Amino acid sequence: MTIETAPFRPVTDGSQPANNTPSYGSTLLRHPKQAALRIPHTITEATGPAFTAARFAAIPDLSVMNGRQAQGERIIVRGRVVDESGRAIPHTMIEIWQANAAGRYDHPGDQHDAPLDPNFHGNGRVFTDAEGWYQFISIKPGAYPWRDHYNAWRPNHIHYSLFGDGFAQRLITQMYFPGDPLLALDPIYLSVPDTAARERLIATFDLDITSPEWALGYRFDFVLRGRNATPLESA
Amino acid sequence: MSTATANQTIGPYWHLIEDPIWADLTRFGAQGERIVLTGTVTDGAAAPVSDAAIEIWQSSPEVSDSFPAFGRCRTDPAGSFRFVTLKPGPVPGPGNAQQAPHVAITILARGLLNGLTTRLYFQDELLNETDPVLSLIENEARRSTLIARKVALDTWHLDIRLQGDAETVFMEI
Ligand SMILES: [Fe+2]
Repeated sequence: MTIETAPFRPVTDGSQPANNTPSYGSTLLRHPKQAALRIPHTITEATGPAFTAARFAAIPDLSVMNGRQAQGERIIVRGRVVDESGRAIPHTMIEIWQANAAGRYDHPGDQHDAPLDPNFHGNGRVFTDAEGWYQFISIKPGAYPWRDHYNAWRPNHIHYSLFGDGFAQRLITQMYFPGDPLLALDPIYLSVPDTAARERLIATFDLDITSPEWALGYRFDFVLRGRNATPLESA
Repeated sequence: MSTATANQTIGPYWHLIEDPIWADLTRFGAQGERIVLTGTVTDGAAAPVSDAAIEIWQSSPEVSDSFPAFGRCRTDPAGSFRFVTLKPGPVPGPGNAQQAPHVAITILARGLLNGLTTRLYFQDELLNETDPVLSLIENEARRSTLIARKVALDTWHLDIRLQGDAETVFMEI
């Protein structure tokens, strides 16, 4: 394995949410008030963990447990992981978690009065191929209420965690579904200032990914931070 | 060319992907100086942050089949976390500078739309005096928010404060 050590390019203004987002109440006591210290990218920021499918078993189908089908609308999600230069990120791990079709997480902290599904747990893990493509199968997660403000509901969404190949590329995000009327009301989705950056969090319905008489297909691509052309001086 | 995908909060239900064994970075048989890193995370009201994911990454010792150099641990109801890992050594910094032994930390939680990045340094390391990142922090009290206290022969402890008095120094990387 080659360890890349070039530093990453700076974050583009407006493309990331502000940690201080008053409409999302949980940020109030949790966002730092001091400005973040800008530090040079050293070997610590430029390198990162390597997860292999051999050691971290893939879970590419969330829609079946113990051979039994989960309730809900079966979906296929497919896309690519690339960096800001469009370069594929091969063999990288994607962690996936979501609510069931009724909008309930199989998690002790979720007290929403919607049914659990004995055939759905809601965690997955896939790896990109040599060209950066990934795919998994699931069911469409339901919307669920939360207590951010009166009558607040999260839009349908799937949570993702990606590592890339450098610590500074770490990405935790959520994927939304096209046409969801709750998007216009959701302070988490709306926390991304730039409209285009925000709308890239919405998957695209894709008839080519859709499997006849079996599952609807959605396309969703991830872009991780790109590296500068020149490696670290000390590398 | 497009910009990186926007971050969204990890939320309160990230434990669905949790494997508690990830908090032990020595589980694959790593050889070296085994240490324990403990800490707490509190918010602007000094209340424990009990639903966070704490992730650590080390550039030393180098990642290998026996040492993942990466760990993840939940905070408990008291806001506490605990890792078992190997003690890092110095690593190269910008130019000819040496970096003091350190561990990179990411804090992910409900209410954090972006993960917060910081570093853990070790009390009483001579290289702390000249570390190129610590040296960027002029205020001594602020700098000390990154220095873990030695609380036992093999254990260091760091209190992370997201907001307020003695707020931890977070970094833009
Ligand atoms: Fe969620």
